[in-house]
Amino acid sequence: NWVMADTGVVETLLRLIEKVDDGVDSLEVAASLGVDHQVIVGAVKSLQALGDIISAELRSSKHWELTEEGTEIAEQGSHEARVFSSIPLEGLAQSELMKLSFGKIGFSKAMSNKWIRVDKSHEGGPRIFKTVESIDDQVREKLLLVKKANTAQLEEKEKNELKKRKLLSEVTVKSYWISKGISFSTTITKQETELTPEMVANGSWKEKKFKPYNFEAMGVAPDCGHLHPLMKVRTQFRQIFLEMGFTEMPTNNFIESSFWNFDSLFQPQQHPARDQHDTFFLSDPALAHEFPQDYLERVKKVHSEGGFGSQGYKYDWKIEEAQKNILRTHTTAVSARMLYKLAQQKFTPVKYFSIDRVFRNETLDATHLAEFHQIEGVVADYGLTLGDLMGILHQFFTKLGITKLRFKPAYNPYTEPSMEVFSYHEGLKKWVEVGNSGVFRPEMLLPMGLPEDVSVIAWGLSLERPTMIKYGINNIRELVGHKVNLQMVYDSPICRLES
Amino acid sequence: MPTVGVKRDLLFKALGRTYTDEEFDELCFEFGLELDEITSEKEIISREQGDSKASGASDTILYKIDVPANRYDLLCLEGLVRGLQVFKNTLEAPRYRRVSPSSGEPQKLVITKETAAVRPHAVAAVLRNITFTQERYDSFIELQEKLHQNICRKRSLVAIGTHDLDTISGPFTYTAKPPGDISFKPLNQTKEYTATQLMSLYKTDSHLRHYLHIIEDKPVYPVIYDSNGIVLSMPPIINGDHSKITLKTKNVFIECTATDVTKAKIVLDMMVTMFSEYCSQPFTVEEAEVVYPDGKTYKYPELAYRKEKLSSEFINRKVGINESTEKIAQLLTRMCLLSQATGVGDEIEVEIPPTRSDIIHACDIMEDAAMAYGFNNIPRTTPRTYTVANQVPGFSSACLMCCSQEDIAEKLAKKISETKAVHISNPKTAEFQVARTTLLPGLLKTIAANRKMPLPLKLFEISDVVLKDETKGRHSTFFPGRCAEIFVRGKSVGRLGVLHPDVINRFELTMPCSALEMDIEPFL
Repeated sequence: NWVMADTGVVETLLRLIEKVDDGVDSLEVAASLGVDHQVIVGAVKSLQALGDIISAELRSSKHWELTEEGTEIAEQGSHEARVFSSIPLEGLAQSELMKLSFGKIGFSKAMSNKWIRVDKSHEGGPRIFKTVESIDDQVREKLLLVKKANTAQLEEKEKNELKKRKLLSEVTVKSYWISKGISFSTTITKQETELTPEMVANGSWKEKKFKPYNFEAMGVAPDCGHLHPLMKVRTQFRQIFLEMGFTEMPTNNFIESSFWNFDSLFQPQQHPARDQHDTFFLSDPALAHEFPQDYLERVKKVHSEGGFGSQGYKYDWKIEEAQKNILRTHTTAVSARMLYKLAQQKFTPVKYFSIDRVFRNETLDATHLAEFHQIEGVVADYGLTLGDLMGILHQFFTKLGITKLRFKPAYNPYTEPSMEVFSYHEGLKKWVEVGNSGVFRPEMLLPMGLPEDVSVIAWGLSLERPTMIKYGINNIRELVGHKVNLQMVYDSPICRLES
Repeated sequence: MPTVGVKRDLLFKALGRTYTDEEFDELCFEFGLELDEITSEKEIISREQGDSKASGASDTILYKIDVPANRYDLLCLEGLVRGLQVFKNTLEAPRYRRVSPSSGEPQKLVITKETAAVRPHAVAAVLRNITFTQERYDSFIELQEKLHQNICRKRSLVAIGTHDLDTISGPFTYTAKPPGDISFKPLNQTKEYTATQLMSLYKTDSHLRHYLHIIEDKPVYPVIYDSNGIVLSMPPIINGDHSKITLKTKNVFIECTATDVTKAKIVLDMMVTMFSEYCSQPFTVEEAEVVYPDGKTYKYPELAYRKEKLSSEFINRKVGINESTEKIAQLLTRMCLLSQATGVGDEIEVEIPPTRSDIIHACDIMEDAAMAYGFNNIPRTTPRTYTVANQVPGFSSACLMCCSQEDIAEKLAKKISETKAVHISNPKTAEFQVARTTLLPGLLKTIAANRKMPLPLKLFEISDVVLKDETKGRHSTFFPGRCAEIFVRGKSVGRLGVLHPDVINRFELTMPCSALEMDIEPFL
């Protein structure tokens, strides 16, 4: 931020430049005008802002200066000279000399100059005497030369020696070599930044100088809104499902009963996922009470006794467990509700999808949050096979640009068979898991009342994982929640999942 | 997923061949397992406790294999080896048999009525003439631990006790007594303790303290005695030192006490099928009798083989393949489900062994057939389901649904009781105390966490809140004289205004802030 230079200095500088053919050095100008160098620099900068009036070339030169110690010596004399002058005719006890500030250093130097001598056998201790009548304090003289800016009179060798003794230092000084610019003039005129309607109307623009555009500068970013990358990826997934003929399920109930979230899915009541550490239970409202009673009885029976071709789990099923309200752990709870509803009327094939939030009471780390979004697809029809599930997964993932898939046998309480879906990551050169899938168990579908030859296939994945991979985010906390990195939200490009 | 650690070289020796890591990884993939880690004891200790502690530890390569949660038969080296060998057709699945004692009566475990209030069930069996090596012994202990963590639900449903039968004598009594009346020398201790003392002693034991709560507050604790009053165990906490198993043990008495008898039977079957391999008559298990308080007697282990009939058409239809009845029977046999074509049409009779308690429906059998066929060999077909798509109108955002109670109440100058919020009973942190009733705290926290951003900052969110009831507009959140309620067609849909400086301070912000919050449902 430059304070506009004193116009007086600016105009003086311009007149100096006018007089010469080549140019002037800013340091010399400062010295001749008796001002601080920075004042001249300021004038140069102001002129530069107005256009090509001057041309200023940055130069650096080296320059000898006295150090603090050097300055002291220039004033008071070198240590060794002061030692010499402090010794009276009768000599001085060495111990006394050493008490003086310049004593130690000065003593050895004075000794090597042969200005003094020591009588070690003197009574009362070693005593120092002068050996000559007078001396030349050459060091001081040299330093004085530098102080007066007459360094040229010193040889390189002498300068380096003084530098070694830390009395001189070499300083780099930046200065400008200022010469006439293309539009040189000794008068400064103000430059316009904009063409105004008045200028056009009265033609005054012809006499005005306009400040040239700086094409190096970045433009002002237009104010616009930004969508969170998670939402962008979500929109893409929604698009894919809609293109494949899937209908969106209403998923606006985050609170679910254990009955729909677990029991209706044939997940037993002692299953680890129903533990306090994996699920968020509600204290208020703690229990749900409305269930379709006949259906509930069938669910109870298939868990505790079996039936519908199953051995069941053979344990005591408790209504109290089923009533517990939770934050849903998966959107499969919604799928269960939808399938039950479907079963209450004449069966027609359906394709459902949902992309919405689920909650797990997990330990949080860089890749796990307690809340995340689950993507789920469900197809219910007569005679669907495991091969059909693989085929539809292939279609789905192809729309994401993933064509190489492998399937691995897995275990879910509510699907059999279950498959983990792997895709080949070209970058990491290995197979990575991209989703989970399976065929819903008869113990889940038959108590609902769905016809026996109807199969329901389903698959799911999280929304966060593909988003993190796509946008190169390593820590999930930077993606979701109030710790979201807003800069990342502004910067994230349009989501095109196939790329 | 449970993880089993096995010594790689032992595994390969038992499998009869070596594999490269890649080959074994591939085999696991086909079988539904995952080779999670290749490490050594030394590496594990080094990672957990530092290099100096690891200096004496073993370099032997360990495979850590992830196993599906419902496959209790794959939780130890013995089971893994058996499963893989049958899968690869290098071994026929063994037949497990319960046998009577060669002489004398079977061992008896008598349950008294006192156990009904605390841990009513028990099952038992004997492994006769077994030979332990250090490795077999370690595997034996490790399987108990895995089962305890897994199907036993951390010993709360079932607890396993194993004893050197030659140090004790039956009939055994399973009863329950007040803690002060139980006294014995527990495993690895040098003196006797009462049960009360043991509860205190084990409070600082890193392993056992997690199980104390199962019986701690009960008026009576479960305990098993032999006919001479020696304590075999105090389930589910600890066994007695007297009957402990050593490498020299030849005869093992296994007891499982439980609150779930189905699981107790499965657990017992698992223990005996896995380790009867090392009995002088391999895969035979000597029976034991359990007598309930009502006088009913049960013989254990059950070791039941169950038969189910299904058609090859069913398998073909569900999987999407086209194999002959004989071929399908062979596929199933490779999964330890011994099968044969009955000759009646395409009917197959499948025999489900006691090691496969995970098979409870024909669909489980169908999955095994698909696995043996190879999932990645199944042709991928497209369902002909014709449907028309529909969307649900709505919006979403990325702010979190949950927050602290303070966020929706005190910080906004409201009383929590007036917010009609839904409360969570078991939050891990304060950030999950309630579901949000307003979008404002989420946005203000986002601003507070992004202070470096240049001003002006304008954030929006269009999303759901969770309300028990309608929330009335509260004006204390805003600066007096600088807020307004928004009405659409005579109905209030929200409010806007300049935030009160106190609210701004509570969210640790410094700049003036205006906010608008509106319910858009009436507009959808």
